[in-house]
Amino acid sequence: MSARRTERLLNLVICLLATRRWLTKEQIRAAVPQYAACETSEAFDRMFERDKENLRELGVPLLTGSDSSWFEDEVGYLIDRDAYALPELELDAAELAVLGLASRVWQRASLAGPAARALVKLSALGVDPDEGSLVGLEPRVRTAEPAFEPLYAATRDRAPVTFRYRKPDGEVAERHVEPWAVASRGGRWYVVGRDRDRAAARVFRMSRIESEIHRIGPQGSYDIPENLDPSEMIGAGPTRADEREAVLHVRSGRGARLRRRAAVSGGSAGPTVPASPDDRHGSGDRWDEIRLPIGDSGILAEELAGYGPDVVVLEPPDLRDHVVRLLREALATQTAPPRRAAATHSGAVTAS
Amino acid sequence: MSVGATDRLSRLLAMVPWLLRRQGIPIAEAARHFGISEEQLIKDLELLFVCGTPGHMPDDLIEADWESGRVYLDNAETIGRPLRLGPDEAVALLAGLRTLADVPGLHDRGPLESAMAKLSAAAADAVPVASALSVDLTVGAEEETLRAARLALSRRRRLRLRYVVPSRDEVTDRDVDPMRVTNMAGRWYLEAWCHRAEEVRLFRVDRVVGIEVLDVDGTPPPEAVSRDDDGEQLFHPDEHDILVTLEVGPRARWVAEYYPVESVADLGEGWLSVQMRVATPRWLPLLVLRLGGAGRVVDPPELANQAAEAARKALAAYS
Repeated sequence: MSARRTERLLNLVICLLATRRWLTKEQIRAAVPQYAACETSEAFDRMFERDKENLRELGVPLLTGSDSSWFEDEVGYLIDRDAYALPELELDAAELAVLGLASRVWQRASLAGPAARALVKLSALGVDPDEGSLVGLEPRVRTAEPAFEPLYAATRDRAPVTFRYRKPDGEVAERHVEPWAVASRGGRWYVVGRDRDRAAARVFRMSRIESEIHRIGPQGSYDIPENLDPSEMIGAGPTRADEREAVLHVRSGRGARLRRRAAVSGGSAGPTVPASPDDRHGSGDRWDEIRLPIGDSGILAEELAGYGPDVVVLEPPDLRDHVVRLLREALATQTAPPRRAAATHSGAVTAS
Repeated sequence: MSVGATDRLSRLLAMVPWLLRRQGIPIAEAARHFGISEEQLIKDLELLFVCGTPGHMPDDLIEADWESGRVYLDNAETIGRPLRLGPDEAVALLAGLRTLADVPGLHDRGPLESAMAKLSAAAADAVPVASALSVDLTVGAEEETLRAARLALSRRRRLRLRYVVPSRDEVTDRDVDPMRVTNMAGRWYLEAWCHRAEEVRLFRVDRVVGIEVLDVDGTPPPEAVSRDDDGEQLFHPDEHDILVTLEVGPRARWVAEYYPVESVADLGEGWLSVQMRVATPRWLPLLVLRLGGAGRVVDPPELANQAAEAARKALAAYS
């Protein structure tokens, strides 16, 4: 089945490349033998429409027009020969290898087909890639969210869409959005765009979209702002830079990642504080004094709280207070009666 | 839509110009270049053989001859030049290059930048669309570790790692034979044969605190087989793992999306009850501290006690 289809498409390409005149649909039907299998004109029309769409996806510059004033209402087709060919890119072996790596980013994602086809086309230009230095590298992204494909296509076509969206607080609402970009970070996909109802830029996490994506306007309906930085919009930009230094006591043998950050940033990981006579941190262990840049103090406070009794914050006071507050609230919540009484685990809501 | 047919057509349109410039190339070499079997290559040639310009008289058809084990092609000038990139094809490569450009250590900058420049010039229409497709793989992409792992992979050398096991907050030293470096669920991993554990292990790149390329052959043993990571979940919960119940508030609902959970139930006021299976539950009390009141362990009770105890001990140092 697939072979016959490939044969038909290949003959269609050759026929439309070879012609110097516009060919009408009937002429094409007669010229490509595989169309003879169509019993009705309607069946042929449907097949021809699909075939045209497939060729355009592959990059074939299929033109429609007419050079005859006698057949004004009859459209003709041909392939623009000059636009057809891939320019000579003169890629060398190292460039081709890195393009191969770029194509493998999509290996497990919905653009896998186009990415692989692109590489085959480029390798037809000549050299074999030099993959020696890139062996065993598999950078890649996944597109498990069903919303990815329609949202990518809408972004590409600049077509507004609507979908049902669940906010982090659980509220679900119909949203109307002009997609500007789709972006992935930390294994999650987001769509960034103009929210028509709020007349403002918004970020939506694809896993919180609870319906299909429907287009609500034609292609090219809006412009995408220049200098858009989707990474920054999804909060991936550089974290806030609090340039002060945090001073910590870290229990000996613990907190390896904090110690490494202290070393990398030029902060110091010494001196070792001996178990003091008054045993101030309530143990007989030795403690090391560590200094590291704060960066985002809210994020650092949560991280430090997560080390529990192995890390004590000395400076600055606001960081110390923040960690103490987190620990107190954690203890209060942990020791309160559970809320679950009435809840049943039916698996009703599944998280992605 | 039949992806198979369009992919094959695309390959044929790439193969014809390539073969026309290499008359008499051995079948095996051509098959290798296009990453297909010799059988598949012959099937492709057989298909070309019955295609051609309208009329389909013998003179109109593409001539392909591979009887001698070498491939000769003629009468195929109509499709004698490779087809340009389709819109999504150019976007996929450009966006992929931009993704790699932000991950230092994984490649050489020179070839990447020149490839990007050439591709951008050849497919100018795709450039704006490619910038609207952004994949950020920089989280935890420690340059020094990636660079050393890449060097060891290309030269087949063994690596010595200092690796943090976060559930125990403990540094371990181990020698490993690298198998691949990959990104899963937004994190970088080194997959390697670990000589200490004597099995294949996944090491998170951002937990490697020291890495050294040893001058020792690093070819993994034959029993080292990559884990199947076809599914979305990297770590498949085991039924022997402990079933844990947490309650998380509005600020910590991400927990239900971040970890592989068994079930989620709504408790009202933005709170969720989350069940998950974990192999080593030691990190859960520390997660509770980190959530600062936005979450708690409910079951098992020992684990709930440990969480409360950890908070009390940590607070004792500040009193």
